[in-house]
Amino acid sequence: MAAKTDATSQVYVAPAWKMTWWRFRKHKLAVFCLWLIGLIALISISPQFFATTDPYATSARRAYIPTQFIRVVHDGQLTMPFVYGVVGERNQRTLRMEWVIDDEVRYPVRFFVRGFEYRFLGLIPTDRHLIGFAGAPPGETPALLGTDRLGRDQWSRLMYGTQISMSIGLVAVALSTLLGIILGGISGYFGGLTDNIIQRIIELLQALPPIPVWLALSAALPRTWPVTLVYFAITIILALLGWTRLAREVRGRFLSLREEDFVTAARLVGASRVRIIFSHMVPSFTSHIIAAVTLAIPLMILNETFLSFLGLGLRPPAISWGVMLQEAQNLQSVVNAPWLLLPGAFVIIAVLALNILGDGLRDAADPYAN
Amino acid sequence: MHWFILKRLMVVPLLLFIFSIIAFVLIQAPPGDYLTSYIAELAQGGTTITQDQIDSLRRQYGLDQPVYVQYFLWVGNLLQGDLGYSFEWRRSNAELIGERLLLTLALTTLSLIFTWVVAIPIGIISATRQYSVIDYVFTVLNYIGLATPNFLLALVLMWIAFDSFGLSVTGLFSPEFQQAPWSWARFADMMGKIWLPMIVLGTAGTAQIARVVRANLLDELGKPYTEMARAKGLPEWKLVLKYPTRVAIAPVVSTLGWYFPQLLSGGLVVAVVMSLPTIGPLLLRALVGQDMYLAGTIILIYCILTVVGTLVSDVLLALLDPRIRMDGA
Repeated sequence: MAAKTDATSQVYVAPAWKMTWWRFRKHKLAVFCLWLIGLIALISISPQFFATTDPYATSARRAYIPTQFIRVVHDGQLTMPFVYGVVGERNQRTLRMEWVIDDEVRYPVRFFVRGFEYRFLGLIPTDRHLIGFAGAPPGETPALLGTDRLGRDQWSRLMYGTQISMSIGLVAVALSTLLGIILGGISGYFGGLTDNIIQRIIELLQALPPIPVWLALSAALPRTWPVTLVYFAITIILALLGWTRLAREVRGRFLSLREEDFVTAARLVGASRVRIIFSHMVPSFTSHIIAAVTLAIPLMILNETFLSFLGLGLRPPAISWGVMLQEAQNLQSVVNAPWLLLPGAFVIIAVLALNILGDGLRDAADPYAN
Repeated sequence: MHWFILKRLMVVPLLLFIFSIIAFVLIQAPPGDYLTSYIAELAQGGTTITQDQIDSLRRQYGLDQPVYVQYFLWVGNLLQGDLGYSFEWRRSNAELIGERLLLTLALTTLSLIFTWVVAIPIGIISATRQYSVIDYVFTVLNYIGLATPNFLLALVLMWIAFDSFGLSVTGLFSPEFQQAPWSWARFADMMGKIWLPMIVLGTAGTAQIARVVRANLLDELGKPYTEMARAKGLPEWKLVLKYPTRVAIAPVVSTLGWYFPQLLSGGLVVAVVMSLPTIGPLLLRALVGQDMYLAGTIILIYCILTVVGTLVSDVLLALLDPRIRMDGA
């Protein structure tokens, strides 16, 4: 009984974010997705650590090697994790390289091995990598996810692509959140003519067919621009049409909060406008905004993916999930090398996890429901 | 009612005017114009072209005029039904777009119907069996559907069709019908191929719409009139289909407003992957090749179709729900 009253009184004094967290914790799947996103975030922070080899290194001899799985069973016996070697044979009829597993050669998997040099977080020089293969000759690192047309290691490319794709989603959403909060806030707080004008602009932007407009904007980027400039231009293009939904959300919150008793009370005590907005209204809808933002990130990731896929987004040598999927653009290449579709599975997992996480946050954002 | 429709119709010209400006700005944005790359191409091919010839070409297409004059020339021509000429294809834009537009609309409409036919029953089943295995299965499929880019779905389905059935399902027509005039045989040929892009396009939206139907129906199922019908001993399936479902699927019409443009937009990417003869790949090629008037016209067509989709959904909603008519009048 005492414990129960204790818990109840804990609820009474808990700040809003704590109650949100308690509710969120009950949603097991969302918590799992939070961990998954954490892992993906780790990869994005330091893809070099997770890569097994240089993702830019091409090798004409090693084109289209299928996935080389990590195995634990050899000759029917359980062993330490290892990877079989592969040997290429040219098919005399089709003249295509065909790769077969060579079970004489085994490369044991080692952790925290030395590999190519890089700067951890862009600062600390190191050559440690999460996984490596003992005894693999240089330039012939086993390809966990196969290799592409130019013999580049897909696993390492995927790790690098994660950094670009995730960060482009984050930056684009950050930009559109900023725009959305400022314009939505102005619209919702001041109302009247300002509100009317902003709302009409939002309606107009929402009535535009997004994909053709995105394509046209991206096509307008000069072909001579360096990779980083294209990267920022693409994020801006994505944010340009993406802010409207968030602005609507913020405006709606402002409109409903404006009539709340605590806002009226604050006004009556003589609190300034800025104070009312930032210390009373904003905290009470931050959790909703976080949920809305989480749900906006996967959309941006998908948009970048198809822009790059169509060749109008990021361009090689930049690596993103969309750029990688470009290799699998037609039926022919998919039939010949199905593993080129694997980055797609990664896109699905990341987007799925972000969506479930966002839904969990949205449900938890209102601790007073039920 | 008439007032409501009239009011909606009055906004359309204004919207189209703004969209035409946006489309024009978009096609003007890239540095240089088609003529510049055309001249470069000629020079590369060894043909020399004098400054006089360049100037006369510029004059012919109005490229020597200020931007706003170019805009009015373009819009003026559009209004007279002249969609311009494609530099790259050496054909009139109207000719290029014509049949492709028809196919785009056919594909989009079929996908829309596919979505409804699949999504509404799924929504009803999920709602009536809330928290059952079937409901969870659909929820999971819904999440996966949302997370899968539709070009990826297209690639995977094409691969499966090729790998397991030996079907090569690209394009909408078999080679012998590619250039043939319309006939029943050609139509039948198209119908034999259009189902795969239809499924690919319709699937992503199916999940979303099933969700809407499920939520609406759950609301309706708790209402007293349902209890009443149940108390009178109506069989459950008859009761659900006869009363709450009718109310629950009405808002689905309102999704037409955003779903139709989404289908249209999404169709673009799928069409590129499956090499469908719709306006999507044409736009992509025009943009890459800086064939700007063709690109501008297609973007404007996308805008018009979007506006028409929204308009139709508004009118349908007003027809279904008298309260909206009251608000709008």
